[in-house]
This record gives sequence, structure tokens and C-alpha cells, in this order.
Amino acid sequence: MSTAVAQKKGFGAFLWDYLTTVDHKKIAHLYLVSGGLFFLLGGLEAMIIRIQLMKPDNEFISAGLYNEMLTMHGTTMIFLAAMPLIFALMNAVVPLQIGARDVAFPFLNSLGFWLFLAGGVILNCSWFMGGAPDAGWTAYAPLSTTSPGHGVDFYVIGLQIAGAGTLIGGINFLVTIVNMRAPGMSYMRMPLFTWAVFVTSTLILFAFPALTVGLFLMMFDRMFGSAFFDVNAGGNVIIWEHLFWIFGHPEVYILILPLFGAFSDIFSTFSKKRLFGYSAMVFATVLIGFLGFMVWAHHMFTTGMGPVANSIFAVTTMAIAVPTGIKIFNWLFTMWGGAIRMTTAMLWSIAFIPTFTIGGMTGVMLASAAADYQYHDTYFVVAHFHYVIVGGVVFGIFASLHYWWPKMFGKVLNEKLGKLTFWPFFIGFHLTFFIQHFLGLMGMPRRYWKFLEGQGLETGNMISSIGAFFMAFGTIVFLINVVYTAVKEEKAPADPYDGRTLEWSIPSPPPFYNFKQTPLVRGLDPLWVEKSEGKKGMTPAEPLGDIHMPNSSILPFVMSLGLFIAGFGFIYQVDNIAWLSLVFIGMGITLGCMLIRSVKDDLGYHVHKEDLEEEGGH
Amino acid sequence: MSNEDVLNPKRMPHEPEKATLEGKNKFLGFWFFLGGETVLFASLFGTYLALNDSTAGGPSADELFGLELVFIMTMLLLTSSLTSVYAIYHMKNNDLGKMLVWLGVTVALGFAFLGCEIYEFYHYIHGEHFTFRSSAFGSAFYTLVGFHGGHVLFGLLWILSLIIRNAKRGINLYNAPKFYVASLYWHFIDVVWVFIFTVVYLMGKVG
Amino acid sequence: MKGWMGKFRALFLFSSLALVLSGCGKENLSALKPEGYGAEVILDLMILSIAIMVFVFIVVMAIYTFVLVRYRAKKGQENYIPKQTEGNKALEIIWTVIPIILLLVLAVPTVQATFDLAEESTKKSDIQVEVTGSQFWWHFEYKGQEISTSQDLYIPEGERVYLTMKSSDVIHSFWVPSIAGKVDTNPGDNENSMYLEAYEEGVYWGHCAELCGPAHSLMDFRVVVVSPEEFEQWVNDMKNVDPKAEPETTVAQEGQELFQNNCLSCHAIGSAPKGVGPNLTNFGDRTKIAGILEPTKENLVDWIVNPDEFKPGNNMPSNLVSEEEASKIAEYLMQLQPSKITPESAKE
Repeated sequence: MSTAVAQKKGFGAFLWDYLTTVDHKKIAHLYLVSGGLFFLLGGLEAMIIRIQLMKPDNEFISAGLYNEMLTMHGTTMIFLAAMPLIFALMNAVVPLQIGARDVAFPFLNSLGFWLFLAGGVILNCSWFMGGAPDAGWTAYAPLSTTSPGHGVDFYVIGLQIAGAGTLIGGINFLVTIVNMRAPGMSYMRMPLFTWAVFVTSTLILFAFPALTVGLFLMMFDRMFGSAFFDVNAGGNVIIWEHLFWIFGHPEVYILILPLFGAFSDIFSTFSKKRLFGYSAMVFATVLIGFLGFMVWAHHMFTTGMGPVANSIFAVTTMAIAVPTGIKIFNWLFTMWGGAIRMTTAMLWSIAFIPTFTIGGMTGVMLASAAADYQYHDTYFVVAHFHYVIVGGVVFGIFASLHYWWPKMFGKVLNEKLGKLTFWPFFIGFHLTFFIQHFLGLMGMPRRYWKFLEGQGLETGNMISSIGAFFMAFGTIVFLINVVYTAVKEEKAPADPYDGRTLEWSIPSPPPFYNFKQTPLVRGLDPLWVEKSEGKKGMTPAEPLGDIHMPNSSILPFVMSLGLFIAGFGFIYQVDNIAWLSLVFIGMGITLGCMLIRSVKDDLGYHVHKEDLEEEGGH
Repeated sequence: MSNEDVLNPKRMPHEPEKATLEGKNKFLGFWFFLGGETVLFASLFGTYLALNDSTAGGPSADELFGLELVFIMTMLLLTSSLTSVYAIYHMKNNDLGKMLVWLGVTVALGFAFLGCEIYEFYHYIHGEHFTFRSSAFGSAFYTLVGFHGGHVLFGLLWILSLIIRNAKRGINLYNAPKFYVASLYWHFIDVVWVFIFTVVYLMGKVG
Repeated sequence: MKGWMGKFRALFLFSSLALVLSGCGKENLSALKPEGYGAEVILDLMILSIAIMVFVFIVVMAIYTFVLVRYRAKKGQENYIPKQTEGNKALEIIWTVIPIILLLVLAVPTVQATFDLAEESTKKSDIQVEVTGSQFWWHFEYKGQEISTSQDLYIPEGERVYLTMKSSDVIHSFWVPSIAGKVDTNPGDNENSMYLEAYEEGVYWGHCAELCGPAHSLMDFRVVVVSPEEFEQWVNDMKNVDPKAEPETTVAQEGQELFQNNCLSCHAIGSAPKGVGPNLTNFGDRTKIAGILEPTKENLVDWIVNPDEFKPGNNMPSNLVSEEEASKIAEYLMQLQPSKITPESAKE
């Protein structure tokens, strides 16, 4: 209903619709568009980095600007591109996969998105307001606490607000998955993507508060004169490293696990086989999530924690390779004996296996504490985490987008253009990053503005930069595909791929209430179970009745706007106390909205049975 | 369940806070939220423990703290936790009047606690010249205890607004979960204070 | 263990040579061409881990290739429904247990090496150097010897030199890839330690490996490894430096005076605690100016007049002296060669 109806009403109404929406499917669109834009921005920053490093002693950009680029590239890609794109998939798919009509907290869902966007916009405002943060995405103190200008202030405030949004989103999906499953959808019948989102949400819940605290400490040090990281007043800079990585390591599993889930669904669908070793896969996902909290200090082997701590964290880190290995083999054996269809979604998934295996293996190499004394903070590490984050997360996002595009937008992405996206990106990726392992071992530290002549690093860097252009080309083709598909392609059927899970049992895109009647789930891969018994769709678990739906609300947007305003107040009150007024205005708006939300009854509305019958058809 | 049933239930169930799906969601979501809050305070405690000796020549924990006031504050907050239990007990019995009375007592005790804390901080700042900026210890102390104080203030405002909003209508399936999670929040604040009392004040005096 | 490791290393180096046109990098910079104990222990560990990983990768890729070739959906079989296998206990146990064993094979030497490389100085006679990282240069103080230098760290061949590391501002990381791994230098009380044991005389490249500001990539230094006899000679020469010694030429004498009036508040000559700027006692012997520029007089004059152009964000003021004055100062600095032992001595 959404797009077509809204356009008839004109652009203003369309905009208002999206500003106030609490529908998880529209929130998915919002996450996708804003995450996509930030992805392009982060990609542009990456291209500038690679151009700067194309030849030795290059002067393409200045040293200070380079540090801003590398900081913003990392921060943007992790917090403003990967996270929201994953949230887009979670929102688009999870409620459908568990047979729910919406998420548990539609209002909070919208709030989570607007907070993320407010944080992302604040962070990027820094470019136009005196310079971006320049202390790396890890923002180690005291480089970050003593960095001149307001760059790092934008980092602190932007991430604090965006992080709050993510935390809210995490809680929302936990409750959704626990409470909102359709009858018969037991935990051990949930699709792997839903399982992975469940574990990821748990990680978000327990990891993000550590970042919140770290950011508060940094904010107090920079803006209010506290001494957490000021060694002259007894402060200790290592506290930041611990807090950051207690958050930061689970964060990388937060990023990768949902895509592990998506790959599982894709392998299973396009091999026409149920997932091999389903319970082992679930167990491995949970175990990875759990171990994710035991390993943060492997980012700090050279910090000087001593051989005992280094050894412990080395061994726990290696242990993560076991559940990850289980997953790789289970994926391979899901395809074993199947009928593999090489769609674009499957192509990205198949490319993921060797790429991620290499990334995982270099991960084990890095886990070897003593050896990390060489790898640490070199291009070897850069290569490693791009192999897992691009090879896992970005490949996964591309695979998922191609796979679920019809469910999100009602059309299957053009396959030819899809493959033309894949090949340059895949080749360019390996060209860019494989060589970087060697650059690191040959003595090139990461975050280097320049490398000098005569160090034997010229060829490698040149190859790496060329690869980056291939990746950029692939990305542009994807954008063309989006436009082309929207204009030219046919409307997709409900189940274009012979799917197995609940989302394929309803129209593409689904009506705003998702399921006219809640389906009855009778096994793993519920739609497949019904189809293999010769039925066309799901058996309903209830008679047709009124459907309860939540009301739209502008409050989430206004609340985020309040924090956005307050954020600028916090940043600039250091220069002039008058700016504190913005803090009061902004916080007043936000707290006022919370008060309104608390005292104003909002019971939602009902879609009546008669109207549903009239719609007929689906 | 129609909206009318939610606002004016014909028969009040025994656990009105969990009678609707929205209520169940709120209940579970709030527990998860408290899980996150636990990590937040754990991080603050970790920071405090790492810095509690870093006085940079300023006053130390042992010199600053007096246990008498803190003991009174502990009693105030523990009692307020108990009174909020009474309030929820009366909510389940659908007795609005008694619930409001006990919530009122809870709020009063909470404000008394907050008053003591403000007095304590005032005393440190003006009597002992021990501020947020004195040393890393000072920063860590005021941040940890201040975060807790901020939570207390937020909880008080929250419960107050619930009291005022619902004073003129009965308990129903829409507001029961709100009262319930507010009381959960209040208990959580109380538990955190027990840790602050132990880790900051007792260990600061004895350790 | 050394024997087969040696052969394996040759094989490994050969194969990576094929992979990377430029080989394994420069021998005074690359972690793949160890010239010291730490780097060697670590390379052995790397090779062991790569061997295990290559084995795993081959297994994965063999199954992968087979599956993709054998099980592609065939034309005309669109309605074929494969058997819906649930799993296989035996297989799943195999691919759980074998990785655990492989990881144990890697974990044991990892822990050994981690403790091995954490050895700290026990004897008073050990050579101990206090390393301090600063934006964007390195200060070295030889404990008990009253020698302070910067940028070029002289150590004897074949002996363990114990370093204690700290920072005067932000976090840096001290890295000499071909001799040993890296350790961070932290501000405050979090002092670290490591040791260097170089096998061969030579001049080795060192980098800062922790983002520390705009000129992070230019915070280079050198480790000059000389024979033990030469090192002893160098220590003696450095101990007996007369910081006030008068230079021979008149230009240099004028330079000395200018230096004393303009530069001495930050730069010390002779043994002194770490100052705001690098210690310049043996500046005339430095491998590079500021760690990056060729040691010519023109470069030095340019550097003195406008250091920010070469190392953005560094703390040395620009245009403190005129170009003419800088030229005289350069003349003075270039003749500060208190010892016959220079980086040249390491190249025999």
C-alpha cells in the first residue's frame, strides 16, 4: 500500500508518512536509504585514502586531513553504514520470518532509527564545522582527549546518540523474537537469520553500554575538565582501551552474525535443501556470541598487559575458530547433494566462503599473541578485518539485498546487472586487500599518511589502489541496478525463489499488517513443510478477525531532533557558556516528548475484519 | 482485546501488568533494559576501582567519607524499595488509593535520599575542596555516584508523573505495566546503591 | 625443530616471493626477513600458523570446489527436489575435534613464545635503555651510563638490550620489524618493557605503529647494530663528550652561539634528561634528519627554517631563525661527531 498510495497524496504527505511511520517495513526502507548514503560517503573516504597511498611520498591530501579521512572512514563504515544496513535487514525480515504483524515496540523502533540518523548527521556535520575527528575510529586517549578543535567532540556526541538508538533497536528485537512468534514457531524452528538477530541483539544489549560509559568519560574529559585520561591528575589512558574493546570486539560479531544467518537462509534456499546441522548452527551462533565477550583484550596485546593476560586472551580467541569452522563446514554440506542455483544472491554467498575463510585464518594468526607483536597495527590487520568485514558483512549485505529485495520493494533486482556488480567488486576486493597482508609484514604500519620511497612498498600499494577502483565500479553498477529495476522490472510474485520460510508465504511487498491471519508453524522451514505436502500456502492459526495496529507518531523524530540540538550545545559550550542554552532547549524538547509519551494514552487502532475481507485476494 | 477492554477491564486479572501482549512486551523489554544498565554500572564501577587511588595529592576516600550519612541514605533507599513493593501489592489487588499512598511514601523517601546526596556533595566541594576536577579519583567518584543520583532523580520524576496522570482514573491494563516497570526500575536503583555503599564507601573506609 | 623449520621457511619465502613481485620487502625493514631473536621466534610462529591455515584452506577449498562443480542444478531438472538431510553426527564431530587439535598445536608454542619474549632484565650488567616516545621523535637514555641520544639507537650485535618504554604525550608504539615485534609506549605509570637481540650488524628501520597525530607516518627511527667492541668504544666516546666543545671553523662557532641562544631551551647536547626536543649530541652522525630527510646541509637548513613543512604538527617552531642563521646552525650541528663509531661502522 505504502508507496503508491502516498504518492497520490503528494510529496508532503509521503514525507510525513515516513517521518511518523512505526511500520517496521518502512523503517527498514529508512535504514536502507540512510545506511546506503553513509556507505557511499565512507566509500568515497576510502577512495581518497587509496589515492593518497597510490605512490610514495604523495601529497594528494595533507596529513591532518588524511587522519580525518581514516577516522571518518572507519567510524562511518562501522556505525553509520554496516549497523543501519543490518538494521534494515532485521526490520525488513525478522517480523515476517516469525509470523508477526510488527515488532514488539513499534514506537521505539522508529525512535531507534531517528536517533541513529541524528547521531550520524552530527558526526558528519564536523566536516563543515572546523574539521572531522582525527584520532582513529578507536579514538585512543590521550590522542583523542587532547586533539585540538571540535572534531573528536563530534565523534563523542554523534556516537553517543547513534549508540542509544542501536541499544533501543537491540532490546526491541530481543522482545520481538521472544514474545511475538507465531503459534508453533518454537525456538528450534526459527530461521537461522532470526536466530542470528536474536544473538546479535543480546550482544548489542551487553556491549553498547560499555561504549556509552567510555564516551561519557571522554566527553567529561574534553568538555567538563574531568581527569579520567589525564595522567598528570592520576588518570589512566588504558581504561579507554578496555572500555572501547569490551564494546568493540562484540561489535564485530554484532556485525557479522546476522549475515551468517542470512547466508544460511540463502544457501539453504538456493540449494533446495534444509540447512545441514541446524542445531549445531544455532549452537555455534550462540557460542560465538558468548565467546565474543571473552576476547576483547586481543586488540591490546602490545599495550603491555603482561604474558599471562596475553596468553589467556590468545587462547580464548583461538577458541572462536571452532564454532566458526563448524559453520563453514555446515554451509558446504548444505550445498552438498543439493541443486545449486547461481543467482546473484547465491554468488555473493559462495564468494563469501573462501574470503571469510581467509579472514578467519588470519584472525587465528593474529590471535597468536607473540606473533601479534609483528602484525599489530600494520596493514596485515587492515587486510584481516577487511577480509572479515567486507568479505563477510558487505558481501552478506549485498547477498541479502539481492535475496530480499522483492520482499522489501516488490521487484527482483536485475540478474545481469547483479552479476556485473559482483564480479568487479569481488575481483577488486581481493586485489585491494590480499596484497595488504604482505605490505604489513614488509613493515608498513596502518594509518600511515605517507610511505617513503625505498621501502619496497610501492608495487603493493599501487595494486591495492587499483583494486579499490574496481570496487567503486561494482558499487556504482549496483546503484544503476536499483534504478533500472524500479523502472523496468516486472512486479515480483510472493515467492520468486521457491522459498522455505514464512516471509515468502505473503505478497511482495507484504500488506502493512503483514499476515492477514497468523500462520500455524508446523516445522523448520514452515513454508517448505506446507509446499512438500502439496499445499499452496500456510495454514492459518486463527480465524479472520480484527487486527490491532500501532498508531504513527512524530514524537520519535522530535525527540531525536531535541538530542541533535542538545548535542551542538554540548560541543560548543566549551567555547562560550551561552551555548548551554541549546543543551537546555534540546534536552527540554526530548524530555518533554518523553513526558507526553508517558502520559498520553496510545492504544493503537484496529483494522476491521470486514475491511480485510473486502481486500480479498491475498 | 478492544481498546475499551484495556482501559476499563470488566474483570481485573491477578497480574494486570502482564495481561496484554503490550504489557508482556514491556515487562520483558524492561528486564532486558536493566541488563544493559547493569553493564553500564559495571563499567562505571570498573573505572572507579581502577582510579580510586589516583588522588593526585588531593583528599583520599578514607579522609573524605563519613559512614553515618551514607548509612542513613542506604536506609532511606532500602525502605523506599520496600514501600514500592507495597504499592505494587495493592496494584494487583486493584486498590488505587493504597497504591498511590505507598507510591507517595516511596517518592518522599527518594527525595530525602537525593537531599542527603546533594548535601554530601556540597560538603565535599565546599568543605573539603574535593571536586569533579580535583583528580582522576574525583572524576570517577562523582561520575559513578552522580550517575546513580541521576537515575534516582529520573525515577522520581517518572513515578510522580505516573501518579499525577493516573490519580483520577483506576488501575487498568494499560497503566498497570507502567507502574510495574517503574517499580522494577526503582528496585534496580536500590540494588546499584547497595553496591555503591559497599564498593565506594565501605571499601573506601576499610580497604 | 629448527632443521625442518629452516627448510620450511625457505619454501615459504619462495612461495611468497612468487606471490609478491617485490619479494618480502627490504631486509632492514621486513618482518619476513628476521635479523634478530624476537623477529625470528615470531616468524617461526607465523610459519607454523600459516602451515596449519593453508592445510585447513586446502581442505575447505577441495570440498567447496567439488560441491560447486558436482551439485549445480542441471538444465531440465528444474523440479528435482534433493534429499532434505538434517545433518551427520560423525561428520560434525570430526570438524569440531580436528580444529581443536590444530588450535592446540598453535596455542602451545604461542604461549611459550609469549612468555619467552616477555623476559625482563635480571642482571645489573645488562644493557638497559629507557625509550621515550614523543610527537614525533624518540628519546633514548642508557641507564647507568649517562648517555642520552635520540632517533638512532646504538646496540651491540648478539647481546640482549633491555628496553623500558614510556611516552611523554600520547600513545606511540616502538617497532623494529626485522629485529623484534612492537610494544606501545604509554603515558603515565603504564611502563612497558621489551628486549632487542640483533644477529647481524646493520642499520635497521624503525616505525611508530600507533596513530599519534598528523606526522605519525614520519616518526621513523633507526637501530644501529655494531659489533660489541665498537659499541664499547661508542659508549666511551659518548660518555666523554664535552657539550661546550668549540668547533673548528668560524662559521660553526657562530652557529654554536646562535644554537645556544635559540635552540638550547629545547635541545640538549651531552647527557641530559629528555627535553622538549631531541638530544643532538651526535647529530653529525645521524642516519637521517628528523628520521626522514637525507643528512645534507641544505635539507637541514630547510628543516630548521620550516620544520612543519616536513613533519606536520610537530612542536618545533617555524621561522625561529633566518635562513642565513639556520645555515650557520647547520654548520655547527653537522660537525657534532663525538664518536668514530657511526652508522657507517655497522655496514661492514
